[in-house]
Amino acid sequence: MTAVDETENAATQDYRSALRAWLGAHAPGPVAGPTPEEHLRRAREFQAALYDAGYSGITWPKEVGGQGLGQAEQQVFADEAAAFDLPLYPFMIGMGMCGPTIVDLGTTEQRERYLPPLLRGEEIWCQLFSEPGAGSDVASLQARAVLDGDRWVVNGQKVWTTNAQFADYGALLARTDPDRPKHAGLTMFIVDMHAPGVTVRPLKDMSGRAPFNEVYFDDVEIPAQNVIGEVGRGWQAAVTMLGHERVSIGGRGKAKSNPLEFARLVELARRTGADRDPGARERLAELYAHERALELFNARMRQEATAGRPPGARGSVAKLAGALQLRRAIEVAGELAGADAVAWDPDDERGTELAIAINAAPSSSIAGGTNEIQRGIIGERILGLPKEPQVDRDVPFRELAVGTQRREGDR
Amino acid sequence: MKLVLDAEQEDLRAAVRKFLSDKAPSERVRAVMDGGPEEGPGHDPAVWSGLAAQGVLGLVVPEELGGAGAGHVERAVVAEELGRALTPVPFLASAVLATDALLALDDDAARTELLPRLAAGELVGTVAVAERGGAWDRTGGATTATERDGRWELTGTKTPVLAGDTADVVLVVARTPDGPGWFAVDAGADGLTRTRLNGLDPTRRVARLEFDATPARRLAATDATAAVDLVADLAAVALAAEQTGVLARAMELTVDYAKVRVQFGRPIGSYQAVKHGCADMYSAWEHAVSVVRYAAWTADQDRAELPVAASLAQTYLGPAAFTTATGMVQYHGGVGYTWEHDAHLYYKRAKSAEQLLGPPSAHRARLADRLGV
Repeated sequence: MTAVDETENAATQDYRSALRAWLGAHAPGPVAGPTPEEHLRRAREFQAALYDAGYSGITWPKEVGGQGLGQAEQQVFADEAAAFDLPLYPFMIGMGMCGPTIVDLGTTEQRERYLPPLLRGEEIWCQLFSEPGAGSDVASLQARAVLDGDRWVVNGQKVWTTNAQFADYGALLARTDPDRPKHAGLTMFIVDMHAPGVTVRPLKDMSGRAPFNEVYFDDVEIPAQNVIGEVGRGWQAAVTMLGHERVSIGGRGKAKSNPLEFARLVELARRTGADRDPGARERLAELYAHERALELFNARMRQEATAGRPPGARGSVAKLAGALQLRRAIEVAGELAGADAVAWDPDDERGTELAIAINAAPSSSIAGGTNEIQRGIIGERILGLPKEPQVDRDVPFRELAVGTQRREGDR
Repeated sequence: MKLVLDAEQEDLRAAVRKFLSDKAPSERVRAVMDGGPEEGPGHDPAVWSGLAAQGVLGLVVPEELGGAGAGHVERAVVAEELGRALTPVPFLASAVLATDALLALDDDAARTELLPRLAAGELVGTVAVAERGGAWDRTGGATTATERDGRWELTGTKTPVLAGDTADVVLVVARTPDGPGWFAVDAGADGLTRTRLNGLDPTRRVARLEFDATPARRLAATDATAAVDLVADLAAVALAAEQTGVLARAMELTVDYAKVRVQFGRPIGSYQAVKHGCADMYSAWEHAVSVVRYAAWTADQDRAELPVAASLAQTYLGPAAFTTATGMVQYHGGVGYTWEHDAHLYYKRAKSAEQLLGPPSAHRARLADRLGV
């Protein structure tokens, strides 16, 4: 398991052993084929148990109900959690992104109203940024919020919304001023996902599962006090939230059940006899080298963070490398499995599991910023290479050709 | 494990970098490459003495044997700087291979006699294990050692031998009637023919050594084979550090160029095709630094993990450094293909380093073995 880190001090080591003992006693065991409702119930129960034991909101300040600890403890949690398949998924967006943003930018009323139920597993959150016409260029989004007295009225469509199917609240990024350039006319809101006019439709992805949704807003009303941060400063709020996303993606532990894990692939090689083939052995070694190099890079970034040098844009290196590693892993898995990756008996769970892993692999090269976006971040923010000429930066939004909007004369 | 350098180690890096930029800039490297002030290509005795004066040749040697009593992490820092600057000195031969061999063997007399002089730069040492094809044969290969009247003689051919024709003392692995053995041979020994080879990398000196009943001194070794493995692993780590330096400098020079070279009205680094390539170089560098720090740390603190870490370091660094150096030539375009520009020196150093301790496939195969695949 996780190698003992000699830079880990005694307090962190104590924290680790207490957490390990607690998880050993309280982590829910696997359940064969739980229904979505059952899965959700178990997730809520476990989140509440985490809260009671003092493991919810590890890095959040104490005054909002968090534990007031640091990244070191958060990392210990990720390390230790990797040994289990914990049902944390429904709370990932809320705990990892929306909650921390409300901690950073929320009003006292917002913090008091929304953070405690999130910490206790009572309310689930989703993030409403991406649109069909605004993916990598999310600042070009078209969902429109118009102020009407003391409330905003929202119309538009969001997509790729994880957890929207059971979310109680969402962090919504909408355009409040189309006369200003695209980054300047945005505002972030807290939206009640049960409000009239909100429609959630499952979106089936290429793996055949539907972890995402499309969300439609038809004249949805949002009280004025639900603005996160300031009106017109939604982009800054989004950058704050995406910073938390990078931390939560980069710091995510490896699920034990991943069929593309190195140890699982070695098992596969033994089963198929590929472990006797020099070429296959070399490919496994190469895969290990890249995986280990990434682990060591992450470990080094953590040690540097502890020493006072935060990772900053270097998180993009880990994000990019993780996605490329997954691509490498499915190539090796295919090589080892041979025809077993093409067709398998209906009751062969390993075949199904591998197929899902192969089909889900492209997601990591796209979600949370595509590989191309990560390379752009590395090139511009770390290496200081010049940006491409930007044709849309200082132009009022309503004059741009984005999404379904066309410039006059373009039609 | 510790993957971050402390202040003292950073100071060491800064001191070596300053020394090299003052005394061994690119012009000097090229002068040595083109024939050399005194010794011919691939060897700069003046810079070597300067490094000795800096006290960086005996970093892993205990203080009582004239060294600094530091460790492999410190030595990796120096190797990285020498790689960045492509410094033509026998560091890998003398401060790594020969030094590690003497420390790995159990010959107190040889240690006491040789290590202080290697650390002081008075002697250059090297190790001769590889034979035709370059593989490190742990049995001694086709080189035989025979004992006559209590004296040992070696017969056979070792190649390639780093600094083989400039070294003062050569530590040779040869086959004896009772298994592999280690021997020390003086540069001027009878029956030793040293031939400087033409190298792919003009900044590295390589030779072939032919032994014909050459008198040799047998070195005491509890386990000669284990010593070969240990020396190879420690060299793999030091070479990986050097490759990290090569990678780092190739990346930096490419990024600098991409910022100033204008085509089609803007700097080429603003185009995604070039920018993304530079991002991949940076990613490789971050991984390389992490792998090398870890491998050097295992050499100091966790010898049980060293074999996997050493194979990991060579498996990762060989292709990573060469890919980056190839990108350096590519993104410099036509000028990168000229003799005048340094890009080809990084390209050649990266390629020859990738092959130096065996081809990449051999490192991958060894890593698979060591992982128990």
